[in-house]
Amino acid sequence: MTQTIPMTSAAIGGMGHSMKRKEDPRFLQGKGNYVEDVNLPGMLWMDIVRSPYAHAKIVSIDASKALAIPGVLAVITGKDLEAYNLHWMPTLMSDTQMVLPVDKVMYQAQEVAAVIATDRYIAADGAAVVDVEYEELPVVVDPFKALLPDAPVLRTDKPGKTDNHIFHWEAGDAAVTDKAFADADVVVKQDIYIPRIHVASIETCGCVASFEKTEGKLTVWMTTQAPHAIRTVFALVAGHVGLSEEKIRIISPDIGGGFGGKVPVYPGYVIAVAASVLIGKPVKWIEDRMENLQADSFARDYHTTAELAATKDGKLTALRFKTLADHGYADAAANPSKFPAGLYHICTGSYDLQAAHVEVDGAYTNKPPGGVAYRCSFRVTEAVHTIERMVDIMAHQIGMDPAALRMKNFIEKDQFPYKSVLGWEYDSGDYHAALQKAMDIIGYDDLRREQLEKRARGEFMGIGISSFTEIVGAGPSKDFDILGIKMFDSAEIRVHPTGKAIARFGTKSQGQGHETTYAQIVAQELGIPMAHVQVEEGDTDTAPYGLGTYASRSTPTSGAAAAMAARKIRDKARKIAAYVMEVAEEDLEWEPGKFTVKGNPEAFKTIQEIAFAAYTNHPQGMEAGLEATHYYDPPNLTFPFGSYICVVDIDAGTGQVHVRRFVAVDDCGNIINPMIVDGQIHGGLSMGLAPSLYEEISYDEAGNCLGGSFIDYLVPTAVETPNWETDKTITPSPHHPFGAKGVGESATVGAPPAIANAVVDALWHLGVRHIDIPMTPSKVWKVLRDHGVTG
Amino acid sequence: MIPASFEYVVAHSLDETVGLLAKHGSDAKILSGGMSLIPAMKLRLAQPAFIIDVNGVSGLAYIREEHGELRIGAMTRESALERSSLVKHGYPILFETARVIADPLVRNRATIGGNLAHADPANDHPATMLALGATIVAHGPNGDRLIPIDEFFPSFFASALEPDEILTEIRIPAPGVRNGGAYIKFERKVGDYAIAAVAVNLTLDAHDTCIAARIGLTNVTDVPARATRAEAFLVGRRITDQAIADASRLAAHESDPKSDLRGSAEYKRDLVRVLAGRAIGRAVSRARGGSH
Ligand SMILES: Cc1cc2nc3c(=O)[nH]c(=O)nc-3n(C[C@H](O)[C@H](O)[C@H](O)COP(=O)(O)OP(=O)(O)OC[C@H]3O[C@@H](n4cnc5c(N)ncnc54)[C@H](O)[C@@H]3O)c2cc1C
Repeated sequence: MTQTIPMTSAAIGGMGHSMKRKEDPRFLQGKGNYVEDVNLPGMLWMDIVRSPYAHAKIVSIDASKALAIPGVLAVITGKDLEAYNLHWMPTLMSDTQMVLPVDKVMYQAQEVAAVIATDRYIAADGAAVVDVEYEELPVVVDPFKALLPDAPVLRTDKPGKTDNHIFHWEAGDAAVTDKAFADADVVVKQDIYIPRIHVASIETCGCVASFEKTEGKLTVWMTTQAPHAIRTVFALVAGHVGLSEEKIRIISPDIGGGFGGKVPVYPGYVIAVAASVLIGKPVKWIEDRMENLQADSFARDYHTTAELAATKDGKLTALRFKTLADHGYADAAANPSKFPAGLYHICTGSYDLQAAHVEVDGAYTNKPPGGVAYRCSFRVTEAVHTIERMVDIMAHQIGMDPAALRMKNFIEKDQFPYKSVLGWEYDSGDYHAALQKAMDIIGYDDLRREQLEKRARGEFMGIGISSFTEIVGAGPSKDFDILGIKMFDSAEIRVHPTGKAIARFGTKSQGQGHETTYAQIVAQELGIPMAHVQVEEGDTDTAPYGLGTYASRSTPTSGAAAAMAARKIRDKARKIAAYVMEVAEEDLEWEPGKFTVKGNPEAFKTIQEIAFAAYTNHPQGMEAGLEATHYYDPPNLTFPFGSYICVVDIDAGTGQVHVRRFVAVDDCGNIINPMIVDGQIHGGLSMGLAPSLYEEISYDEAGNCLGGSFIDYLVPTAVETPNWETDKTITPSPHHPFGAKGVGESATVGAPPAIANAVVDALWHLGVRHIDIPMTPSKVWKVLRDHGVTG
Repeated sequence: MIPASFEYVVAHSLDETVGLLAKHGSDAKILSGGMSLIPAMKLRLAQPAFIIDVNGVSGLAYIREEHGELRIGAMTRESALERSSLVKHGYPILFETARVIADPLVRNRATIGGNLAHADPANDHPATMLALGATIVAHGPNGDRLIPIDEFFPSFFASALEPDEILTEIRIPAPGVRNGGAYIKFERKVGDYAIAAVAVNLTLDAHDTCIAARIGLTNVTDVPARATRAEAFLVGRRITDQAIADASRLAAHESDPKSDLRGSAEYKRDLVRVLAGRAIGRAVSRARGGSH
């Protein structure tokens, strides 16, 4: 497959043009249509009563005071849902999760009851006076303690469950790895914790559920990244109460950021649907910020003991990761079903290792359920952070420059397609080029000299590298499904008689710019100006089925489907052009926008003329119209990569880490819209900076959520964000229809270890080996104090 | 984050405000910028039955020098302080305080009067006003009452205002010769309250001996407070690096921070030392006539 993309004219605006985003005029003028903007006649509001305790028996719920407030129509509890067997629901990982509790609560801020009222304020007044009597139960916060024999068993709902262990999963060959470690000259070992964080999208979650009793039709406007899958899940879970898939319509309107947090089905959605079905009126539920942070699915929370082996001259040979995953009280990760630890076994990263063994165990604790992939393709962030930290530790340990160690161990350009020891087939890459480019841009050798001078003066400056490999575009149906539904994705293109088109997709943009990039793909393939390609997603009644947008999968799957559907259209267009011009199909040559008779540049038909002919003058025996649908099943995943270098200065008095420079060289294969790619990388880097220095949700001994509001959940602003310096290399994917790889998450995945490595690099000479993120001023100060620098 | 119900009245004069306060007692709250009151109401931590919006009372927003004092109307927004060239050049400590409060959006609404009346030890103005030795003007049924700032913060989250008084003005003595001040705040991110902050205002004689010093601390004590031992140590002493270091250590001792997500108590205490050292250094350099 050729992967050089011809450049179309600016008027067509195909791939490679930095076209302005078609969705932006709407967003910038406040004309977006979000779930909160949906208001229906007779609509009711829902507010949720939440548990103040992390683990408690519910003794009683007294709703009488709430029901006495004029305008409060109903207070729904777990008992009400139990009557319909809707008080529990499945998670995407085939675990179960409460919709509303009947006998006990499992985490602070868990839903306990829902108040339905005629007004948002009345609903809140009602929620404030629902009296719930609790009896506190012992709380399990630490996942290591959760697995001790004497730990209280949390999931007493599961018959026969005698511990808090969820799953054990492993990849790689333990014996071969053990041998490689035994033979190694140098072994480094480090405990690394990647904390619980939250996507904290600007828009919180919510829905408007509207059940039309007469037609039995349920329409739900919902903050979801995967509307089609949600429809099917609703049909499967609530089929027994009469919801039938053809009568369920999920509409995902404009979405204010998803980042993986809008993949799961939260109890609030289900309660709102139940309320609408029971009461027969539309019900709106919109979370506030604290509910969003405290109750919705978290990300990360991986405790790893990592080991890396090498020869004394710096050839990496083997790695061993043993990880404990804290899932809260239910495994509500959103991984492909076969992979309880997601794609964590991409953890050999960019390096050519001979042996690796990875083990992950999941544990239940009294925390909100989850394990979603926050701007990350299923645990890739965890994998990259751990390997990139370990490579740096190894470099320092053997006294080799971290860049040189990487260069020495990268998978070579001519080794692609590369089969990793943990079973992945990397499609393409040129890791040396990306790192070299980043080093040249930042002036690596000069920085190392400056660092030595500063160190001599007692100043703390560090340089950190991250050379990450991503794994995105899930995924091939052979291995990838969610609850059995294969992870293909789709595109449907209809070309209208005047040569304009509408294209619909199974994915759903949450800010990625699909309305622009998909239009550019169609423009590239058909030569119809992108301005005339209308893109629609998110309405299950109109869009073709697909699994949605997360894990950087839209371009690798639906983007590919767009190209394939367009190529079907082109094939038909060729037939029509041949018929109209009375020549043989083989005599026609395609260039974006027209078929020309070979050797006769005067004789051509434009795609617009052909489109008109498709409805007015098509060949006898051929179906009229010009449209096609494609369900794309990717042959493999794609493997974007990059090298990031970060320079930090540390204020020894305050412990503050200042990111002085950050150079990001990304390779996402062929690029659809360079401006949008840049935007994705800027945003991703900022979301990589966030958990490195600022964000964390933690819990005290009693299971109280710390960091459950924006007072303490520190989303960085433009002030904290450094000036990102971005550049690129281009190594097309050989198996993707136009050589693209996906880029939405590269920077979130790649940035944290660059920052963490820089901080440790600044302090290594003091004897510092590792600091867990987020590297907050108080944490860094303590390290400095403990090493005698300050205090 | 939906407030409980309340009644809302727009007041048009000081007399009307005081009358309403007298009538509704502790059920009533004045609404200035609303940037502290409204969040507390949305969390239902505050549930006042009666809101008196004083944004319609004219003549309460001004910054002017008069009678050897800087006089600031209570309804002056932080953004106005930040943009005032009188404040920037004549009272750099106040400029440094206003510009690190919250974020630009909040500063467009928040008022200096509300900031002080709220008596939050995490707020930034209290420490600066303690360092500047300000006087608060309170207006009540019997007219104006002057309250020295040292008496303005009697207990946790309480001000010396009577329930029927409104804060109308802040008076700051104009700086004398070889006087300099500085405010240094360290926060986790923009928009955050201080992990710790230190306000320093001092005067030197011609030989660099400190003849007056006031030091205010932010968010490391239960009520906004001065580091009086550090002040006493500086007064009468020639300013040297050693003297600054010793005074900073004393200020750290006088702080009484609590461990929370901003950091451990020991971290915050040491931060007071570091910030006090930097703030004294900057104040000294300003007193000597440097811009920094
Ligand atoms: C996101 C955010 C971050 C913030 N960060 C900081 C920060 O870093 N530093 C900082 O100092 N502050 C910070 N604040 C608080 C902000 O500065 C407040 O605006 C200020 O504390 C109160 O001023 P206000 O005019 O908004 O008062 P309001 O919220 O209107 O009132 C506060 C209290 O004072 C009373 N009151 C108000 N005016 C008067 C008056 N004239 N006389 C008598 N009583 C009165 C009110 O009844 C109420 O009890 C922050 C606020 C927010 C929302």
